[in-house]
Amino acid sequence: MKLSKNEKLALYERMLTVRAFEEKAGELFKQNLIPGFIHLSIGEEASSVGTCSALRPDDYVASTHRGHGHLIAKGADTARMFAELLARRVGYCKGKGGSMHIADFSLGILGANGVVGGGFPITVGAGLSIKLRKTDQVAVVFFGDGAANRGTFHEAANMAAAFKLPVLFVCENNFYASTTPSSHTLAGGSVAERAKGYGMPGVAVDGNDLLAVRQAVEEAVARARKGEGPSIVENQTYRYRGHFEGDPQKYRTSDEIESHKGKKDPIARFKAHLAKSAGLTASKDEEIRARVASLIEDSVRFAMEAPLPRPEEALEDLYVNA
Amino acid sequence: MTTREISCSSAVMEALTEEMERDPAVFVIGEDLTAQGGIFGQFTGLPERFPGRIIDAPISETAIVGAGVGAALTGMRPLVDMHFADFVTTAMDEIVNQMAKIRYMFGGQASVPMVLWAPDGGGLRAAAHHSQCLESWFVHTPGLKVVSPSEPADVKGLLKAALRDDDPVIFFQHKRLFAQKGPVPEGEYVIPIGKAEVKRPGRDISIITYSRMTYLSLEAAKILSEKGIEAEVIDLRTLKPLDFPLIAESVKKTYRAMVVHEACLTGGFGAEIAARIGEELFDWLDAPVTRIGAKDVPMPFNPAMEDFVMPQTKDIVEGALRLIGRDGGLK
Repeated sequence: MKLSKNEKLALYERMLTVRAFEEKAGELFKQNLIPGFIHLSIGEEASSVGTCSALRPDDYVASTHRGHGHLIAKGADTARMFAELLARRVGYCKGKGGSMHIADFSLGILGANGVVGGGFPITVGAGLSIKLRKTDQVAVVFFGDGAANRGTFHEAANMAAAFKLPVLFVCENNFYASTTPSSHTLAGGSVAERAKGYGMPGVAVDGNDLLAVRQAVEEAVARARKGEGPSIVENQTYRYRGHFEGDPQKYRTSDEIESHKGKKDPIARFKAHLAKSAGLTASKDEEIRARVASLIEDSVRFAMEAPLPRPEEALEDLYVNA
Repeated sequence: MTTREISCSSAVMEALTEEMERDPAVFVIGEDLTAQGGIFGQFTGLPERFPGRIIDAPISETAIVGAGVGAALTGMRPLVDMHFADFVTTAMDEIVNQMAKIRYMFGGQASVPMVLWAPDGGGLRAAAHHSQCLESWFVHTPGLKVVSPSEPADVKGLLKAALRDDDPVIFFQHKRLFAQKGPVPEGEYVIPIGKAEVKRPGRDISIITYSRMTYLSLEAAKILSEKGIEAEVIDLRTLKPLDFPLIAESVKKTYRAMVVHEACLTGGFGAEIAARIGEELFDWLDAPVTRIGAKDVPMPFNPAMEDFVMPQTKDIVEGALRLIGRDGGLK
């Protein structure tokens, strides 16, 4: 892995964009402007950005209910994302999907998924399609530690390994499946270790270290592109917010949450690295943050000013040939 | 157009062969396909003809159907062989939440051009896990198209249409009809999805049916004819989208309607058809719409019990006679 100074700064900016997007989404939700419910990925930015930065634009990504970061990391337009969260016609899904079903298929994003573990089989299908079409793309499925306990995980891992498909299983282990600690439900205690049973490599990395994530994903992607089959990368991370916005979080203490912030924060850590290795100065940092802030501000304004769909539009987009 | 007598099983093979020749994106995935040409012999010869495109999958219906969805989203046109229609239960999330909804949820950005091929139906003494007719679950799911043909020509024409369709199609084919022969046109022969067909014209009662019950209804119509009652038999062929205009045209002629299906009666597709006839054609009816379906129990193994549970020709005849008798017989 060799990243230029500018590439690193771009990754830093991408992480800041994910965080700023999520914080803004949380604010809009609190103001009752976003219907339904949303799941924020604050604290997990190194996983989404580190992973997607190792991919090509034509690679596929299947996302989760906590998927905003994956989309931004794969290059999605934050204005159309906000528009979708705000149920506008110009949103990515014309207001029919919302936070849990957001996607940009033109960027190879096969969709967020409202069903935990729903992305595994679909990603295996993308991998199979790649193999049949004889290209060197790869297909990545993001999933949480909770999803690792779905039967879909086993069936997909087995099929991907049996057929040597170019699939990468990226676990974002934040140690809670919704409100239940994974220590209570994850037999064996490790997602990465499960790879052994399928005869594929599995590695657990510090998922708050952007460069560690990037390194592990890069190796797994290279392997997949060469036709050597799937891998599991387990990014061990932590979410700062509840499972959903408004979650009372009785299952953990605020001390526990605070202990993961500060020096352990993925953005702060990468910033410290950049200050040492890429000459990130306070003024450069301010310049980047200002650019991110104005992108988010413009995106929200675009979305807020966009018209709502007519209710009758609910009847559109069901079939290609009705 | 030259036609020959071939079986439903050969019609599947012919349609697939032609479509795989025509479009390199078409492939087949399922369990036990290559060693013996599929459990009903429906894929005989295809693995040799299309190496790598008939794929034996692990016994993982969830992953198989999901893989079909993922492949369909990324440029392929899979036919997923469900082995037995009963096994859809092991892939319901992939069918109902993913395959059916992906296009809509994402605002029309994507399409899922795939065929879920599902051999269904009873009569093979195969008991509760290998005999069901589950079509009503899927006509109840927006985003799916549901096809359930009877005769070999319709199998060929509709399978070709399904493989070319950009939307997901569930293709039910009755296991007891695989050996059923009938005239099938050679070469290009496509039947549009959503078109029912009158298999026998008649003036006295409309029998609306599909799949294997079409044959039983035709037998019943013959018996009724000997009693001076001319039944019109409509084979829906496609359940969703439903060809209601053809049903309406028939009922406006006969004033009596009976729906016949092999699936159990309660909550079956017949209820939907009966309701629509009641709502839209009430003024044309001389009698309430009647339904014939299986009794509401899982399929029993004992052959006599199974025959008792499944609708038989005599049930259709008796149902028609009851319906006719209701208004004092024919005018």
